[in-house]
Amino acid sequence: MNTEPLPQSQPALDKPALVSALRALLPAERVLYREEELRPYECDGLSAYRQRPLVVCLPGTVAEIQAILRLSREWNIPLVARGAGTGLSGGALPLENGILMSLARLKRILDIDPLNRTARVEPGVRNIAISQAVAAHGLYYAPDPSSQIACTIGGNVAENSGGVHCLKYGLTVHNILGLKVLTAAGEILEIGGQAPDSPGYDLLALLTGSEGLLGIIVEITVRLLPRPEQVEVMLAAFSSIEDAANAVGETIGAGIIPAGLEFMDNAAIRAAEDYAHAGYPRDAAAILLCELDGNETEIAEQVRQVAQIFRKNHAGHITRAANEEEKQRLWAGRKAAFPAVGRISPDYYCMDGTIPRHRLPEVLGQIGRWSEEYQLQVANVFHAGDGNLHPLILYDANQPGALERAEEFGGRILELCVQVGGTITGEHGVGTEKLDQMCVQFGAQELAQFHLVKDAFDPAGLLNPGKAVPTLHRCAEFGAMHVHGGKLPFPHLERF
Amino acid sequence: MNAPVNDLNDHSEVLRHRVTEAIGTHTPLCICGGGSKAFYGRRAEGTPLSVTEHRGVINHEPTELILTARCGTPLSEIESLLGRHEQMLPFEPPHFGPQATLGGAVACGLSGPRRPWSGAVRDYVLGIRCINGKGEILAFGGEVVKNVAGFDASRLMTGALGTLGIILDISLKILPRPREERTLAFEMDAARAIEQLNQWAASALPLSAASHDGARLCIRLSGAPAAVASAHKRLGGETLPDGGRHWEDLREHRHDFFQEDEPLWRLALPPATPPLPINGECLMEWDGGQRWVKTALQAGIVREITARHGGHATLFRGGDRAGDIFHPLPPAMATIHKNLKLAFDPHGIFNPGRLYAEL
Repeated sequence: MNTEPLPQSQPALDKPALVSALRALLPAERVLYREEELRPYECDGLSAYRQRPLVVCLPGTVAEIQAILRLSREWNIPLVARGAGTGLSGGALPLENGILMSLARLKRILDIDPLNRTARVEPGVRNIAISQAVAAHGLYYAPDPSSQIACTIGGNVAENSGGVHCLKYGLTVHNILGLKVLTAAGEILEIGGQAPDSPGYDLLALLTGSEGLLGIIVEITVRLLPRPEQVEVMLAAFSSIEDAANAVGETIGAGIIPAGLEFMDNAAIRAAEDYAHAGYPRDAAAILLCELDGNETEIAEQVRQVAQIFRKNHAGHITRAANEEEKQRLWAGRKAAFPAVGRISPDYYCMDGTIPRHRLPEVLGQIGRWSEEYQLQVANVFHAGDGNLHPLILYDANQPGALERAEEFGGRILELCVQVGGTITGEHGVGTEKLDQMCVQFGAQELAQFHLVKDAFDPAGLLNPGKAVPTLHRCAEFGAMHVHGGKLPFPHLERF
Repeated sequence: MNAPVNDLNDHSEVLRHRVTEAIGTHTPLCICGGGSKAFYGRRAEGTPLSVTEHRGVINHEPTELILTARCGTPLSEIESLLGRHEQMLPFEPPHFGPQATLGGAVACGLSGPRRPWSGAVRDYVLGIRCINGKGEILAFGGEVVKNVAGFDASRLMTGALGTLGIILDISLKILPRPREERTLAFEMDAARAIEQLNQWAASALPLSAASHDGARLCIRLSGAPAAVASAHKRLGGETLPDGGRHWEDLREHRHDFFQEDEPLWRLALPPATPPLPINGECLMEWDGGQRWVKTALQAGIVREITARHGGHATLFRGGDRAGDIFHPLPPAMATIHKNLKLAFDPHGIFNPGRLYAEL
């Protein structure tokens, strides 16, 4: 693992004085500083990176956050904001000499406006809680990251989270309308709102996915969509990866945008089937899981069309879920892919690159050749519709050199993603983990421009410094998500 | 399938050279595309720099739903290429003239009738190659839909009216063209239309456009023939025979409403906002979120009323083009805007004053 330290503020901090200063701003029980109190905050969903912060504070109001920001400026102490801490790239990793600020207490749904189809919420509201709160109006919030029962909307905005259905419904950036943001200087920016196309620069887009570097998000207005009338789920088995890849391209080329379109290769199918018993064909080279939604008659027609395309591409076996239970079962295998792989290998290493879909056979072929070269097995699960790969490199950290081989292998996969016109991260974010790969993705001039954008919001560099954008001299090694013994920090969460 | 690329049409280096010269001589530049939207924004200043020679589709991958083209590529060329593949630009950009270019459409950030249901220009911008105010050619985003590496500078440049840099190449997500479109008309007043439309928008209907001219609500249904037919059956209404023409006239401001000399305001509002007490003719679009108003009322009054209802007002055509065109920004927002302008264009050479006087 890459252990280059993140930039830190001056070492000689008077911690007791800081704690008292914070306790003058917040009730005592919301300022945590003892070792055992800090431990739960030492990592986010990427547990390979751990660091205890100097203190943790849990503000409950915008005024309290403003006060903490003022203190951060006066003391020149960096501040890391955190939602539920389910992120997979170490974006909420604390800084040794920094304050970790949890926004989990800001969890009120402030307003639901069914006619304008919006909800105004605080950042600590859980993703799924929004859809639950508006369900009575026949509406929902579309982005559905796999951690949606736990992750917060504030974190979703900070990471521009996706989800299985983003092929049709877009990412977080496409589904939020407004933000209230505190700058490092403590000023409130009201960005966007219920009206479309806010005047001036598109700060809504800039803040979305900015990983806590530009401001503290204290309120979000989200766009709500009507629930689709009908949902169909199909599963098709293929005897070659190329056939499955071609079927994906032809489906979309035929003008059909599935709500979700997922790909698994043989290693992933076997692992998932052994674990979840979803009824997947264990001998298939690849399967596609396709979800279609919309109007009843339209969907019936699309199901026929998709089945025809799949058969034309030599699908050996097509299943259509007949009821809700069968839909859940077909999805269960895909959703269990990560834990299933965790069960067959002591450790795995999860990548998150995105590639243009038509390069899939070539990229998977190369991953297969490297798999032999490195003597490390790979299971591929993949959001096929939008080209977002999650190759899981299987290794055993107890074997000398295995971790290093896995890291090198992973690094080559990400480089390949960039080389074929893709990106190093489709949805997990850069955080702490992919700082090095950013140097492959971007040149020095782009990185310098990113630093200037950061300075435009936070000239003193107090908000989550050292994350998301690497310094120009840092371009050597690669890191990625390490999972030991199949244990993610949130074992109850689905990861796909 | 890659469209043929003519490298003679790649003027990146020529343009970069012009920027470097302008930096050296402290000469502000006025970036010009086809000129179809030259009226938009505050009065342009600076030495004209034409970017129309930097043109051509660089990549169109129909099954990937991706298109990359140079800024000077005419919108009409892109739309006819996509049309041959039964695809479209989902944000239905207004052209406002046959010379309209992709770069101009993206820099102005204007979206057409489909916007509330399919998204705005910025929702489809995946990547941009640009020249910043140091004369550097930078690439942000890319040709993939899911990409969270780095700050989203591509979307930041969308709608920035060229004040942050020269957009060279743009990668867009595109969508299949709906197989059927049908326009329905209903007689009703504005207040009723706004409420009805937002109720429809909150249910699973294949809506793709709406307009209300004061007496008649028109809606467009798009999608598979079966979905359009069943929605029509559910909603009723009278079929408008030349529906396609209606939406194109609206998008291009060729509708009769736009044929007068009074200042034209564009009000962006929470869609369900009831009709506003502004003295002047109003044409409502989208789900009610975009309203065109012709009025000689003072700018401050129009803005105050719009802001009171949670919206913002743009002096779209006419009026004082040297004054505020876009809704003035609160001080904290204005500061961030100035900082960002400096971050991208430290010498202030790109389209100074076109968006706001101080940018």
